[in-house]
Amino acid sequence: MGFSNTIYNSIFKRTSTMALAIVASAFFFERTFDLATETFFDKYNEGKLWKHIKDKYE
Amino acid sequence: MAATVGRICGVGLLKPSNLTTISQKSSYSTAKDWTWGKKALLGSLGLVAGGTGAILFALDQSVKASDLELHPPKNIWSHTGLFSAFDHASIRRGYEVYKQVCAACHSMRFIAYRNLVGVSHTELEAKAEAEEQMVEDGPDDQGNMFKRPGKLSDYFPSPYPNEEAARAANNGAYPPDLSYIVSARHGGEDYIFALLTGYCDAPAGVVLREGQYYNPYFPGGAISMAQALYNEVIEYQDGTPPTASQIAKDVSTFLKWTAEPEHDDRKKMLIKAIGIFTFLIATCYYIKKLKFSSLKTRKIEFRPKE
Repeated sequence: MGFSNTIYNSIFKRTSTMALAIVASAFFFERTFDLATETFFDKYNEGKLWKHIKDKYE
Repeated sequence: MAATVGRICGVGLLKPSNLTTISQKSSYSTAKDWTWGKKALLGSLGLVAGGTGAILFALDQSVKASDLELHPPKNIWSHTGLFSAFDHASIRRGYEVYKQVCAACHSMRFIAYRNLVGVSHTELEAKAEAEEQMVEDGPDDQGNMFKRPGKLSDYFPSPYPNEEAARAANNGAYPPDLSYIVSARHGGEDYIFALLTGYCDAPAGVVLREGQYYNPYFPGGAISMAQALYNEVIEYQDGTPPTASQIAKDVSTFLKWTAEPEHDDRKKMLIKAIGIFTFLIATCYYIKKLKFSSLKTRKIEFRPKE
């Protein structure tokens, strides 16, 4: 219970820190989520996208 | 309304039969008190209505089958599938086909050379493509229009200045603009592929006028465009064997891209949507269970005053 109590007391208790935590976590979540989906998309379409063939023409 | 319902169904529907005890589901049935004749009447009415619907559906299907139109077969494209992007090497070859074959008659007014950058050509290559054609610009400081080499922002050149000129040069038939042709035709890229490879001799009884050709995939069969794609009609830069079907496949992919340039981003967005909505729906389900747990497990007791 120690960990969740610490989290609650330091972040969730006050509205100001809670709002800040939401903004910060949204930033990191979106970056990692975008990275994950784009990696999946590139792997799924390996060799078909422009970024995979463009070194032939540069 | 209440009177009408009462007349049709009896008063059973309007007045619960048993107020004091919890009744079985079957006691809510309004058909219990009906006479045999009423049941038979309503049953046959239902049969007639259902049968009429089935007959209308069957007639509609048979009318569709009588259309004299050959539907294109569905092909498995490199971009078929929920997450499959375009094959950009194919788009690049398709652009070569468009430039060397289609562009002789068909315009593509809504695609600019800048659209090729990062899709099928590098910026330098797209600039070189644009500079191959002369574009009318102006007026200059003398008020005259002048010609200059194309820029990235220029749109693809049209072979004819206007529709009338195009009709006059093609026996009265207008070669349609190809920018959005895949979205504008039933069957999409399957139709384009089938049309380009589907030319054959006219069957007996079909009369073609001069300048017309027979293509079973074209509505009506008589098309004013001659067969354009043959084996080795062009040569690919990347050395792909230019068979007629390869050329048709590449140009269909290219036209699919011009009609739906947002295709790849859309499919990437689908992956993101599936991911985020899986998370959100799971969260909503959990919160619903949590909030309802106290409601569902509580007990309401009635204690009358002594």
